Amino acid sequence: MNAVIEDSNIVVETHDLTRKFGKFVAVDKLNIAVKRGEIFGFLGANGAGKTTAIRMLCGLLEPTSGTGTVAGFDIVKQAERIKSRIGYMSQKFSLYNDLKVEENLEFYGGVYGLDSRALKQHIHETLERMNLQHVRTKMTAELPLGWKQKLALGAALMHNPDIIFLDEATGGVDPVARRDFWDMIHDLAAHGKTIFVTTHYMDEAEYCHKISIMHQSRVLIQGKVGDLKVQTGMKTVEELFKHVVTQGDSA
Amino acid sequence: MRLRAIILKEFLHIFRDSRTLFLVLLMPVFMIFLYGWAVNLDAKNIQIAVADLDQSPASRYFIDKFAQSKYFQVTQYVTQPDEFEDLFRRYEVRAGITVPADFGKSIGNEFATSVQLIVDGYDGNTAQTVLNYARAIVAQYNTELLPQGFEAPIEVIPRFLYNPSLESGNFIVPGLAAVILMMISALLTSVSIVREKETGTLEQILVTPVHVIETIVGKVIPYVFLAFMDGMLTIGIGVLVFDVQFEGAAWVLLTNTLVYLYSALALGLLISTLASTQQAAMATALMLTLLPSIMLSGFMFPIAGMPLILQVITRLIPATYFLEIIRGVLLKGTGYAELYHNTLILFGIGTLFLLLAIRKFKVRLG
Ligand SMILES: Nc1ncnc2c1ncn2[C@@H]1O[C@H](COP(=O)(O)OP(=O)(O)OP(=O)(O)O)[C@@H](O)[C@H]1O
Ligand SMILES: [Mg+2]
Repeated sequence: MNAVIEDSNIVVETHDLTRKFGKFVAVDKLNIAVKRGEIFGFLGANGAGKTTAIRMLCGLLEPTSGTGTVAGFDIVKQAERIKSRIGYMSQKFSLYNDLKVEENLEFYGGVYGLDSRALKQHIHETLERMNLQHVRTKMTAELPLGWKQKLALGAALMHNPDIIFLDEATGGVDPVARRDFWDMIHDLAAHGKTIFVTTHYMDEAEYCHKISIMHQSRVLIQGKVGDLKVQTGMKTVEELFKHVVTQGDSA
Repeated sequence: MRLRAIILKEFLHIFRDSRTLFLVLLMPVFMIFLYGWAVNLDAKNIQIAVADLDQSPASRYFIDKFAQSKYFQVTQYVTQPDEFEDLFRRYEVRAGITVPADFGKSIGNEFATSVQLIVDGYDGNTAQTVLNYARAIVAQYNTELLPQGFEAPIEVIPRFLYNPSLESGNFIVPGLAAVILMMISALLTSVSIVREKETGTLEQILVTPVHVIETIVGKVIPYVFLAFMDGMLTIGIGVLVFDVQFEGAAWVLLTNTLVYLYSALALGLLISTLASTQQAAMATALMLTLLPSIMLSGFMFPIAGMPLILQVITRLIPATYFLEIIRGVLLKGTGYAELYHNTLILFGIGTLFLLLAIRKFKVRLG
């Protein structure tokens, strides 16, 4: 069963994935397919259902109906096996402010089951990659937001996952730090990691290979950024987004 | 390894939050002294009953000494001393004085005599105070009589009902240990878990391969340790400073304390699944642990004297069972043979809480 998916290189796939909260439908029949090494951008206004979709993919929330696979594993039946293959950076800052930078990394490396030698090495590499060596013994609370986000990304990468879910990872971060952040994302994709991002910033969407525009629980349009622009005659993702959403509202 | 990471992290939180740590470790000392004090300071206008078997001017004069002191208030006159017990049971008086029938005659003839003071010994601290005050009043009266040629003319013969080996420490310390162990563990666990819920770090842990059970056990162990230290501190201070007896075996107390902690931590976990904010968790934990453990466990008020409905409720409170255990071990030297059913009930209550908590925990994720 895994083999089929591995062959086709699709690492995240859903079929009519739906989640209701009571009567309210937060995600309505989501169908996506993300290939290895792709940067997949999930766009949508507040409340569109992006976080809900990601939480289902990460095994944090059970779907009401529909199916999905991540890294070849069923998101309902094999959620436990998915966990060691993915990295997740939630919308909220979810490191410990009262722990030092390296202690946060030690903790996340530890819960991913790294032994002490691997742990040491991964912490070293992560700090190096994120350019945070000089603050390794600083309290996390004292870091500026952009650095905190880099640290959170580093923590999510400690166990070397194949697929990385980033839920509004750059929210509130200054433009320079955002550029830094996106450089890292591209670097990861170039190394074969699959990146699943949600964002409010339309300029960031330009960096994605594929995007999916979500509006009021439904995907209105999705595909390669270039293809979509040609298809709709729009020059930027921003224009594209406005165009699609206005059309979706009037439909 | 994964479990170790969680435990280490939790200890870091504890040590970084020095204010809470300080409060937690200081609490036993603080509460023991507060209790000792509060009870002593409140000991004014203690209601007493009198059985004046003499009915002479001398006996009335003697009783007047009590009535006029600011410590006592004579609220009941009875004809027989055996009526005292009934008054104690209804909490109408705390002590009863019996003046013997030959009191006036003895004093008139300059014979030594004695009055009997019966004290409701359940609240050991007040009982001790009552005895001290009564002795002071009698001593003063005796000095009035001294010029008339007496040597220690009236003697107070105390008798304590319900708690014959009266020592205030023996009364306060086991009760406080039960209260502190329960409160600290339920409060700290529930707040620490709800904090992670609020900040979103719990979600971050749940997305890792760590098992729910590992998460729970890892988060709870540091608080077992802390609460255990606190309990031992309370008992230690009790034994070393307040001369609390320690008749039984230490390991009987230790093992039972761990079972009691298990029930307290399971309660904390359950609270953490119900509360969505730290304040709510704190309020719920205090409400469910502090007052019941003090008022309804048999610590402050004897269970036998409670209305039936409250007696039933006391049986649902873990502190009730632990109090019987710790009083038994410390004061009577009781062992496993007599205590095992209490241990089993505590284990049962803890397991019930734990199963409910795990179910709620999983439902929340679904
Ligand atoms: N646990 C929940 N219970 C009830 N409703 C929920 C729950 N989680 C999300 N919702 C609702 O589902 C809808 C989609 O929420 P979601 O968080 O997925 O949106 P989003 O696209 O991530 O928005 P944002 O950009 O604000 O993060 C919202 O209306 C939200 O109120
Ligand atoms: Mg969101």
